[in-house]
Amino acid sequence: MKPQIAIVDYGMGNLRSAYRGLERGGAKPVITDKKEDLEASDAIVLPGVGAFEDAMANLYPLREVIIKEAEKKPMLGICLGLQLLFTCSEEGEGRGLDLIKGRVVRLPRNVKIPHMGWNSLEIKRDSRLLAGIKSGDYFYFVHSYYAQPEEEVTVATTSYGVEIPAIVEKGNVFATQFHPEKSGKLGLKLLKNFVGIASE
Amino acid sequence: MLTKRIIPCLDVKDGRVVKGVHFKNLRDAGSPVELARFYDEQGADELVFLDISASHEGRKTMIEVVKATADQVFIPLTVGGGISEVEDVRRILKAGADKTAINTAAVKNPELIAKAARRFGSQCIVAAIDAKRVYEEREDRYVVDTPEGRCWFEVYIYGGRKGTGKDAIAWAKEVEALGAGEILLTSMDADGTKMGFDIPLTRAVAEETSVPVIASGGAGKVEHFYDAFAHGKADAALAASVFHYGEYTVQDIKAYLKARGIEVRL
Repeated sequence: MKPQIAIVDYGMGNLRSAYRGLERGGAKPVITDKKEDLEASDAIVLPGVGAFEDAMANLYPLREVIIKEAEKKPMLGICLGLQLLFTCSEEGEGRGLDLIKGRVVRLPRNVKIPHMGWNSLEIKRDSRLLAGIKSGDYFYFVHSYYAQPEEEVTVATTSYGVEIPAIVEKGNVFATQFHPEKSGKLGLKLLKNFVGIASE
Repeated sequence: MLTKRIIPCLDVKDGRVVKGVHFKNLRDAGSPVELARFYDEQGADELVFLDISASHEGRKTMIEVVKATADQVFIPLTVGGGISEVEDVRRILKAGADKTAINTAAVKNPELIAKAARRFGSQCIVAAIDAKRVYEEREDRYVVDTPEGRCWFEVYIYGGRKGTGKDAIAWAKEVEALGAGEILLTSMDADGTKMGFDIPLTRAVAEETSVPVIASGGAGKVEHFYDAFAHGKADAALAASVFHYGEYTVQDIKAYLKARGIEVRL
């Protein structure tokens, strides 16, 4: 049985590539903004393009169900979807999902913003998400803010003026600051690894 | 480390790639999807589709092309050409593109950049600037030293057919302030010559702005890409014919760059 993965649709982000990428990884993705779909799925993907405050406002009706389901099933945050997992962000008002303690802050002034392009990972600890992926592999990043976790959740980092958590993991909750659905073959591999976790 | 990006550009008209593409091993060299996949295999870091359709029907077809490409190619895709309102941006992003490049419409209505950036985020708004040298000293222009003499750079619109009198470097700063997340900078002097990118132009814009700059126009040899990065301070380099005619693969260029100490994704 293919695991059903709910891709949370809470605005206008480009969900097509995430959908196709998960499909290739062996999942049955569903793009949805319905509570019931999140409850019925084997895993949840929280994508994200845009601004923190708008995203949290749009996500508000699903906030409780996401927090509840994240305890029971695998969840993958992508890009802004990673940042939304944290407590709060410098980018805007409003509380994040607070599934991981920490703040999201703006990249330092001495680098070009947004951080846009392919950057290499440095793996800090093992993760099921990283099967077939090694330190030095490149992934596609586009972001202006980054997370500063207050918990030991960082699986891999990348370097851009500062050390940025590129992958975080806490219990069932996984997230990437880069876009696996835009990171070519290795990105597809990571999505496939997540589908594998969702199948367990 | 963040790598320098190599970006093949495809001109698409009514859903087909134009500007003869010559590859023996492609079933259909006129198919944007097929070519996108081919360049992805070669290690292209991103792709740009430039819609040169003149008709409404052609533009509708482009949406289908973007969808089909996004379904099969998992690297960033920028679509430019004929974008004149926020609704065009929305349609293209929704079809699966990651960024839209806005050129003429931004000059005519700078607020479009601001509106689109506010709505969709700066990261998906690329300001495309076509610039041409004007060899004259003017106090109200950014005058730059070049091996050919001192000049300023004039912004052209309508696919390079109409000069605007605007200073390209000042315009680059303006689009950044409006919210563009990246600048696609094409030298009209260099475009089509295969004599190399306009390095003084690229460098001036890269130094005067703080968003990523894509150098475009004039690529003919591997050395030209090195110059764009090492001397022009570009973040990415875009080319068309040098790839389409099979003179170099993306991989050839990256191998050369890496050997000369430029960080690339191999």
